Formats: sequence, C-alpha cells, structure tokens
Amino acid sequence: MSWIDIGHIDDIPLRGARKIKTSHGCVALFRTGVDEVFAASDACPHKGGPLSEGIVHGQSITCPLHNWVFDLNTGQAKDLAPGEEGHIATYPVRLDEGRILIEGAKLASRSAA
Amino acid sequence: MKKLVVIGAGMASGRVLEHLTDADPDAYEITLFNAETRGNYNRIMLSPVLSGEKTYAEIVTHDSDWYAARNVDCRFGEQIVGIDRETKTVMGEHGPVPYDKLIIATGSAPFIIPVPGKDLPGVISYRDLDDTNAMIEASAKGGNAVVIGGGLLGLEAAAGLALRGMSVTVVHLNGHLMERQLDEAAGYLLRKDLEAKGISVRTQATTRAIIGDGRAEAVLLEGDETLPADLVVMAVGIRPETRLATDAGLEVARGIEVNAQMQTSDSDIYAVGECVEFDGNLFGLVAPLYDQAKVLAHALLDEADAFVVKDVATKLKVTGCDLFSAGDFAEGEGREDIVFRDPARGIYKRLVIEGDKLVGAVMYGDTADGTWFFGLIKDETEIDDMRETLIFGPAFQGGDTADPLSAVAALPRDAEVCGCNGICKGTITDAIANGATDLAAIRATTKASASCGTCTGLVEQVLQVTLGDEFVLPTAQPVCGCCDLTHEDVRRLIKSQELKSQEAVWQELGWKTRNGCHVCRPAINFYLLADWPVEYRDDPQSRFVNERKHANIQKDGTFSVVPRMWGGITNPDELRAIADAADKYNVPTVKVTGGQRIDLLGVKGEDLPAIWADLNKAGMVSGHAYSKGLRTVKTCVGTDHCRFGTQDSTGLGIKLEQVLWGSWTPHKVKLGVSGCPRNCAESTCKDVGIICVDSGYQIGVAGAAGMDLMETQRLCDVATEQEAIDVTVAFVQLYRENAKYLDRTYKWVAKVGLDWVQERIADPAERARLIAAFELSQSIYRKDPWAEHAQTQAAQYQPLADLTLEAAE
Ligand code: SRM
Ligand SMILES: Cc1cc2nc3c(=O)[nH]c(=O)nc-3n(C[C@H](O)[C@H](O)[C@H](O)COP(=O)(O)OP(=O)(O)OC[C@H]3O[C@@H](n4cnc5c(N)ncnc54)[C@H](O)[C@@H]3O)c2cc1C
Ligand code: SF4
Ligand code: FES
Repeated sequence: MSWIDIGHIDDIPLRGARKIKTSHGCVALFRTGVDEVFAASDACPHKGGPLSEGIVHGQSITCPLHNWVFDLNTGQAKDLAPGEEGHIATYPVRLDEGRILIEGAKLASRSAA
Repeated sequence: MKKLVVIGAGMASGRVLEHLTDADPDAYEITLFNAETRGNYNRIMLSPVLSGEKTYAEIVTHDSDWYAARNVDCRFGEQIVGIDRETKTVMGEHGPVPYDKLIIATGSAPFIIPVPGKDLPGVISYRDLDDTNAMIEASAKGGNAVVIGGGLLGLEAAAGLALRGMSVTVVHLNGHLMERQLDEAAGYLLRKDLEAKGISVRTQATTRAIIGDGRAEAVLLEGDETLPADLVVMAVGIRPETRLATDAGLEVARGIEVNAQMQTSDSDIYAVGECVEFDGNLFGLVAPLYDQAKVLAHALLDEADAFVVKDVATKLKVTGCDLFSAGDFAEGEGREDIVFRDPARGIYKRLVIEGDKLVGAVMYGDTADGTWFFGLIKDETEIDDMRETLIFGPAFQGGDTADPLSAVAALPRDAEVCGCNGICKGTITDAIANGATDLAAIRATTKASASCGTCTGLVEQVLQVTLGDEFVLPTAQPVCGCCDLTHEDVRRLIKSQELKSQEAVWQELGWKTRNGCHVCRPAINFYLLADWPVEYRDDPQSRFVNERKHANIQKDGTFSVVPRMWGGITNPDELRAIADAADKYNVPTVKVTGGQRIDLLGVKGEDLPAIWADLNKAGMVSGHAYSKGLRTVKTCVGTDHCRFGTQDSTGLGIKLEQVLWGSWTPHKVKLGVSGCPRNCAESTCKDVGIICVDSGYQIGVAGAAGMDLMETQRLCDVATEQEAIDVTVAFVQLYRENAKYLDRTYKWVAKVGLDWVQERIADPAERARLIAAFELSQSIYRKDPWAEHAQTQAAQYQPLADLTLEAAE
C-alpha cells in the first residue's frame, strides 16, 4: 500500500469536509464529530452535486443539491425511493498522529466513471 | 548469585519484583533505586489522598518489612545518573553498583508547556506524593486554583482541590473534556457534573502565560483573559522518562524500545512501564504494565512468555462522575454506532460496532455494564444475535427501550412550560392533581398553552407523564427521526432547561443519533443562536452550504454572489466594482434580481474569498441572498422623486435594512416599503410590508409571494418613522423567538394568531424587551460574513491537496 500524506486532520473542520484534486476528478475528505476521516468521490451520482459541500452527520453525508444521504462507510445511498440507485466510491484513509494518509494505489486505479 | 539492579520503584517494577521473588526468591541479588524517598505505593490512589478520602499509609503496597523479607537492597532517595554498559554498572548518586541484569522502570515525566512563568513557585505538576502533598498544603490557604489540562489527571486534581475548599477552574485546549477517552456527548455530561460541584470549566482555551511577582498569581489565556490563581496545576500530559536510556545509547523512539520479552536493544537491559515503547505503542494506564511485569519476571527466569497489547478501559476516580470508556470508539472506517440516552437519569451510552464485533464503548451516568462490554471488546465476541438489545446490557437481552417522554419527565418543577403566561411544570402537575385531567381543563385553570399555543405539545406530555395511560397523547410530528419531540417542544425546552449547546440538546432531549442529521441540525443551530446569542456560537457545519459559504450553490457546483444594495439604491462606484469583479473572475451571468439588486452567477468556489474581498473593498457587504435571515428591503422612490409620495419610503427602507441585516431568522424575511397605497414596492406580499400614508405608516405582516400567495395582515398603524422601525424589529424578534424553523412568518402567525402578536407588540414593556433582545443578538451577528471568511478562512475554500501528479503516475 502506498499511503500519501494529504494534510492534518485540523485542516478539515469538525463535522465538515474538504476536497482533494486527482487526475480523475475530486475526492472528498469528510471529518465526523469524533476524530475520524472518510474519503469518497466528491460527485453525487444523482446530478453530480459536490458532496464536500454537504452536511456531515453521524457517519453520513447529505448532498447539498437534493438531500440524498450516503453512508460514508460503504458509499451506499440511504433511504432512496424504490427504483433509485446510488453509490459513491470510497477510498482507504487512515490517521497517523493527526496526519491524514490516503491510499494512493486505489486512487490512481479508479476509473474516470 | 546474579545481580539485578532496578531503576525506579514504581508500579511496574513493583509488580516485577512480586512475581520474581514469589517464583524464585533466590534467583537474584536485588538492588532497588528510587528517586523518590520512598518505596512502592499505589500511584493511582494519589487522587483519593489529595481529596482526603485516603491517607498515604493506606496506599503503600510494599513496606520495609516486605523488602527485608525478600532481601531487596533499597536505595530510596537516590537517583541513577548514568549507565555504563561496557563495565555493566549503574552510577548512583552515592557510587556505582554492578549488575548482571538491569531493569529500567523510570516511568514518565509530566509534560510542562513552555509558557512564560512555568517555573514560578506555585506551579505544580501531578505525578507523585510530593506533588500531592504540595497541593494539599497550598489548598489549606483556600483561594483560587487553575488546573491546566482537562484529562484524567487534571480532573482528578481539580475535584480533589475543590473538595479541599479551593475555587477551581479547569482550562482545557480541546473542545470537550477527556477527549482521548470520551466523545463529545459524554464530555458534555462530565462537564455538567463537574460544574455542579462548583468547578468551572473552560474548553478551547489556550494558556499564554503564568503571571505573578515571585510566585504564581494568575493564568493568562489567549484572548487576554486572566484567571486569578494562587495555585496552578499543570496536567497536560506525560512523556516517557527515557534520558538514562538515551545517554546509554539504547534504541529510543518516543519511549525506550523493547521486544515482546521487554528486552531493550542491549540483551542484558530490560525496560518496563510507562518509559517503554512497544511496537509503536506507549502506555499510560496500569493494566498493560501489569502484563508487562509478568512477562519480564518470566524473562528473568528464562521462562517463555510474550507481551501483547490489549485494549484498555478508563474510569475517572471522581466521586459522582461515573464514566467508562474502552476500546477504539473514534478513529476508523467501517464503523456503526448504537446510541442510547436517558435524559431523565443523565445517562449516555454509545457502542461502536465494526462488522459483527464490538470495538468501542463510551458510557456516562450508568457504567454498570462497562465490564461486560469491555469483555465483548477484548474477546472479540460476535454480537450479531444481540445487536438489537446490546446497548441495554447483559440483563436486558430482550427488554427495555428508550422512553420518548423521558425528557419531559426529567424537567424540574420550576421549568417554565408556557412562556406566554410564565407557567411552570409544577403548576401544571398541581392542577392535574386537583382534577384538571385534559388540555382544556389545564388551559382553564392555569392558562398554560392558552395564549400562542406553541407549548401545547409539552403540556400534553406533562399530562401523559403525570397521568400515565389515563391520558392518550395525540400523535405529533417530531422534528425528524433523530428524536420524539416536535419543533415547538424542542424550542420551549431549550429555553426552559437553558440548553446552550448542541450536546446539551442531544443529551437532555434524548436524541437517538450521535449528532443529529441534515434536517434537525440546522434547526437546532438556529434555535440555540436565537435563544442564547451570547453563550452559543453559530456552527457553520450545521448549516446548508449556502449559509456556510455565504453564496448560493448552483446546479453545476459553482456559486452565485449577491452584494447588498441598501433599499435597492446603488451608485456608479458600486456598479463599477461589480463590473470589475465580473470581469476579473469571469462571471458568466450578471442578473438583476427580483429583489432590487445584482446577482453574479457562476463564480467558482475557490474564487469566493477573493471576489468578496474585492467587493468589500468597494464598501459592499453580503446580501444574504441564500439565508434564512433578512433578505431584501424593497423600496420605491417615495417623496424623493415621486409626485404621490407621502413619506420617505426609500430612506425608511434603507434604515430598516441597516438595522436588520445579518440577523438569522426561522425562514427568510423580506420587507417592502411603499411611499403610497399605489404600492410600487409590492409591500402587500412581504413578511413585513409598510405602506406610507399622510398620517404615518401602515404596517402589514405575514405576506408572501412564493409557493403560497399571501396578502399581508395589518399589524398596526403608527405615526412616526421611529415607531415603524421599532414595531418591525419587535415583530422580527418575536418571530425569531417563537417560530418553528422553516415556517415563513405567514405560517407562524397562522399558528399563534394575529391577536396574540398584536398584543405582544402593543405592550410597551414587551416591545422594549424584544428590541433589546434583538440588539443584543445583532451586536454579534450584524457583521459582514464575507470579510470574516475572506480574512480568516480563505484556505478552507481551496482543495486540501492536489494529487493530479501522484495519481497519474
Ligand atoms: C435570484 C432570485 C431570482 C431572480 O433572478 O430574481 C431568486 C433565486 C432563488 N430563489 Fe427566490 N429568488 C429571488 C427572488 C424571489 C422572490 C421575489 C422577491 O423576493 O421579491 C420570491 C417570491 C417572494 C417571496 O419569497 O415570498 C422568491 C421565492 C422563492 C421561494 C419560495 C418561498 C416561499 O416561502 O414559498 C424559494 C424556496 C425557498 O426559499 O425555500 C426561493 C429560492 C430561491 C433559490 C435560493 C433556490 C435555491 O435554493 O437555490 C434561488 C437561487 C437561484 C440561484 O441559483 O442563485 N425563492 N424568490 C431572486 C433573488 C432576490 C434577491 O435579490 O435576493
Ligand atoms: C494521580 C495519578 C492518577 C492515576 N490514575 C490512574 C488510574 O486511575 N488508572 C490507571 O490505570 N493509571 C492511573 N495512573 C497512571 C499510573 O499511575 C501509571 O501508569 C503507573 O504508575 C506507571 O508505572 P511505572 O512503574 O511505569 O512508573 P511510576 O509508577 O511513575 O514509577 C517510576 C519511578 O521511577 C522513579 N525514577 C525515575 N527516574 C529515576 C532515576 N533516574 N533513578 C531512580 N529512580 C527514578 C520515579 O521517581 C518513580 O518513582 C495515574 C497516575 C497518576 C499520577
Ligand atoms: S423560480 Fe426561483 S427557485 Fe425556481 S428556478 Fe427560478 S430562481 Fe430557481
Ligand atoms: S445531485 Fe446529489 S442529491 Fe441531487
């Protein structure tokens, strides 16, 4: 595994998010109410809303455009209407003494889709 | 016989000696050095000694008879100053002593924050009996103590000093107490209990210096506040005591590095206790040290054994603060929470599950099941079958659920339920006892819920709590799935129970989630800042992106930016600045809005701080075009130019906008001021619409022209401009204090009745109170959010990192 240091946990507001740029688009980093960090695609599968601008609650994120809610553990959208589908890619991140490390291999290999 | 030398007579080496001499009393000739002038005692019981609940004699674990019986040569009060590995000798203050095997068990040293004044007399750390005695002596004179550090040690010191009669303040850097062991919710309850013991707690407080002439007199905080202090206890953390090992050339990382047999990089030298580092781990609690001690005793006797790191559980030894935390409840991915709160009994429990295992537990108030949960964590028990009822503990496998009424049951008798008539819970329960067993009877006998009616839900819940099954509770719509209360109930309880933080609301009102959701959090954030403008700080992370970034998000993720144009009046300089900004930031669309101002649409998120800074430079502030707050005040040209104008409608509109701007409201608030009944400013469909007439001003309220078209209703007529402003401010404040989040004024007025609103505004004392309350809030919120963001938070608008190069490789 190749872990890339992308910043300090305090660079992300508590219950907030920041994004990082990759060559395949933006990845959002979410910090929850306790000091834990999740990484997932920044683009909502509904209509492309920027998830890093949403509200972080529990271990979920609500999209700012039309309020779809995603579980940050799995990337799965919650409580969708029947027939609706929604999933965002998630990426391994870990914290080491406050530094946020993201796994580079999965980032690089992800498809542009 | 082989010679064993032990440096440090602490809790870890004490255990080693017990195991070793029990197993084989004749294996080694032992010499024990200790820098302290005494042998082994139970260090973790220093807090009961400090508080007076125990004496030193009661916590001694090894006395002179014990050492004598085991032939341990005790050299207490003598520090080791060096280790010579060539000759295998240690250097004591009174001469060298040779060893065959050596144990370093020097524990840790308190961390002293490097601020001016740290060395003044009166500044004490908390590690050993001498420190404890020094605190006891200092507290005999009473006075003020400041404890720096709100972790385990700091809080035990604070509680002890408070019991000894000092007035104690805890200064803590983090947002909540014991952040390494507790989450915010448990930290909130702990703080509440400590405050009930008279200890003041200052979180998010940074110490800048300790000041005093010849001895400590005060602690200076960031922000220039000083706290008087006759005694300062520094308890901000510990650092492994590794100096001897470093000087001797042993491998040292943060602690002295050891293998699973507690052996250092020199095979004849062992280390044990808080001074070691094993596999990247440091240790600060005794449980793992006892495991280490057993392994080390085995190693010294050439018996196979290996140390493994296990989870540890924490308890705080402060009477009345019942907390428990174990395992890993914070960092990590793939986790799920189970939360239980019982506000009536001040209980909070949170379990953290990963896959089908329990990995962490935090509890406050009722920790009886702590050991059971800790067992599940340590044994990695599969908990799938018990998941539903797990949180209720071993006794309740199958029973009990949270009581939705517990928040109301927890209310004290003097908690105000009906704000209009000042009726407390006790008055209502008394009325019920006297035979008023339904809402109508309560209204008739006490007047509770007989005015605006927003407390009806609460009164019904008091009936239910008091009468039980005899009263059938009508079903009311809760705020969201996170709780059982309606918006109105939550608002009343925030006021009557003086809940001043989100954590207080989550706990005292029995929230079922860790920190709400996108539905309730913005509402609670608004209620808190509207009711406690000074005590509560607005939380941007509980706001919709538009309010957080002070710009309106577009469907493509860009933003629109609208500067304020007071009363719709602008000038060439402003227009030029807007044009320049549009050019500079490649704004694709510039539009005149329906609210008499100019919208710059399609601005990139990264450019927001810069475009705001440019607009600010030209004197323009945010138009809050996105906010549940004051939007625009639409005006017509009035007496300035129009042949029909009766009053200065433009001037009044500008004044109103300047008084009201920046204020947050339950939903958006729009105003219009027209110079005559021809009504060119469309005042008759605004939240507050004023129509100027010869005799003064007709004030209408509760209009709208969005999803519902509502004509304003006449609130009152006034003669002077100042009165028109006063009535408007009082109305907006009444709306802020009482309405449900996301009710426009027309919905709220329909619920409480125009009569009720009119009565309140007409009452001179109430009107003055409303105006004063609004002004107090505005002293904080009538500030341009753009300026603040552009100066202090610009970095947050940029990507955290740019990996376009790395990821391409
Ligand atoms: C910019 C503007 C349209 C325009 O180009 O003129 C506008 C744009 C939006 N309006 Fe509006 N409203 C605008 C004047 C109005 C007016 C007319 C007025 O204020 O005179 C109304 C009807 C009057 C009223 O509010 O009673 C109006 C009724 C609404 C409503 C319905 C409110 C209601 O209570 O029914 C919404 C939805 C909401 O707020 O929940 C809304 C929401 C919105 C939002 C913020 C939707 C959103 O959340 O993204 C639109 C943002 C567009 C964007 O992408 O930037 N807009 N909106 C106007 C800004 C005025 C300003 O200077 O601030
Ligand atoms: C007030 C207080 C409350 C605590 N409460 C708890 C609790 O509730 N639960 C829990 O699990 N843990 C608690 N702890 C932590 C626990 O006490 C420590 O983890 C434990 O004492 C560490 O043991 P040790 O043997 O490594 O070090 P220590 O017990 O600190 O012993 C080290 C000894 O080495 C001596 N020494 C250092 N350098 C030299 C030298 N060069 N020459 C000679 N001697 C030297 C020191 O003077 C000291 O006596 C508490 C600690 C304190 C201070
Ligand atoms: S009417 Fe308002 S909310 Fe609807 S599309 Fe137009 S600007 Fe957007
Ligand atoms: S784009 Fe995310 S919910 Fe519509």
